[in-house]
Amino acid sequence: MNNNLKVIVNGILKENPIFVLLLGMCPTLATTSSAINGMSMGLATMFVLIMSNTVISMLKNIIPDMVRIPAFIVVIATFVTIVEMMMKAYVPALADSLGIFIPLIVVNCIVLGRAEAFASKNKVFASSLDGFGIGMGFTLALTLLGAVRELLGVGRIFSLSIYPESFGSLIFVLAPGAFIVLGFLIAGFNILQKK
Amino acid sequence: MAKLQSTFKNMFLSLFGICLVVAILLAQVNKMTAKPIAEAQALKLENAIKEVAPHFDNNPVAEAYKMPAANGDSLLVYPAKKGDELVGFAVNTYSNNGFSGNIQLMVGFDMQDKIVNYAVLSHAETPGLGSKMNEWFRETTKPNQVVIGRNLSEGPLSVANDGGQVDAITASTITSRAFLEAINKAYVVYKASDGKNQQEKGDNNE
Repeated sequence: MNNNLKVIVNGILKENPIFVLLLGMCPTLATTSSAINGMSMGLATMFVLIMSNTVISMLKNIIPDMVRIPAFIVVIATFVTIVEMMMKAYVPALADSLGIFIPLIVVNCIVLGRAEAFASKNKVFASSLDGFGIGMGFTLALTLLGAVRELLGVGRIFSLSIYPESFGSLIFVLAPGAFIVLGFLIAGFNILQKK
Repeated sequence: MAKLQSTFKNMFLSLFGICLVVAILLAQVNKMTAKPIAEAQALKLENAIKEVAPHFDNNPVAEAYKMPAANGDSLLVYPAKKGDELVGFAVNTYSNNGFSGNIQLMVGFDMQDKIVNYAVLSHAETPGLGSKMNEWFRETTKPNQVVIGRNLSEGPLSVANDGGQVDAITASTITSRAFLEAINKAYVVYKASDGKNQQEKGDNNE
């Protein structure tokens, strides 16, 4: 298989940040109360991942080893701040519903983890592909989680009504439902992986 | 290019350089987005006022003023006028006693002490329970839970569990109490603004 494709597929399947690595659980559980929220959170994180991976890979030779973590954090925080300001300016409704979790992407361990494990050791192009792959895996996982919770909780997917809201079970929209759905999705993902 | 060694000078220069570039970049983005952000917030406020106040043709945001409420705090009041005639008020009110803290509301009154409409500006109540307040208190098919159209000159509103007249949101009595507390607070301020307005009118007539 083509090497570039391998990097992307690796991020979506073999090292899926949610279902396999179990990283970034806080925004995962908190923002997936609906499919659209999960997807927006995923896309915002994907943008930060691609940009920070690319820039860090470019800068890897001028960052001395002993200060690499603060340097990475500064780069990541910059892109998160840009995303936050852009969202507030052009999609204020979305910024309201994601709230504090956008600035919190800074401390999302996936982003720093990829900078440390991949971008600081690989070429620029491969690093941005890795950012895309991992970001894609994150987005797909969050959208799926959000869709399942929205469907079971209030009977809708992407705000499209599937069955009346009164038949839904509210627990899936609340925090315990996030844990339950995530557990089942990880189990399902493992079964598929084994085949 | 070989990787830089971790000497003090290298570490200092590298971090300094990165921070400098980043600061310039962020300053640019901030400058670019400051205006749209302010516009988006102003639009949100304007829409909320439009939603809750009786029909008006002035600019309530420009004529807004602070009015003291009980306990030393004060609320923002937006007067709604048609021509020069005052037709109502929108009051930006809040309560800190929600199930998850602060609730911000915009409440509109007409000149006869009646609630015209309300809008929830921000809250952190439980999704699916307390968050229903935006629909619950305007459900016209259930007169016991509606607050729109209620006349507050008959006394402050309270939930049925406390012997009041408004049915609380199922399983969210605390949220409902906080909601009504904010409305009552808004009414006190409305009354004060109304009084002040009539006084001014009287002064003008003399």
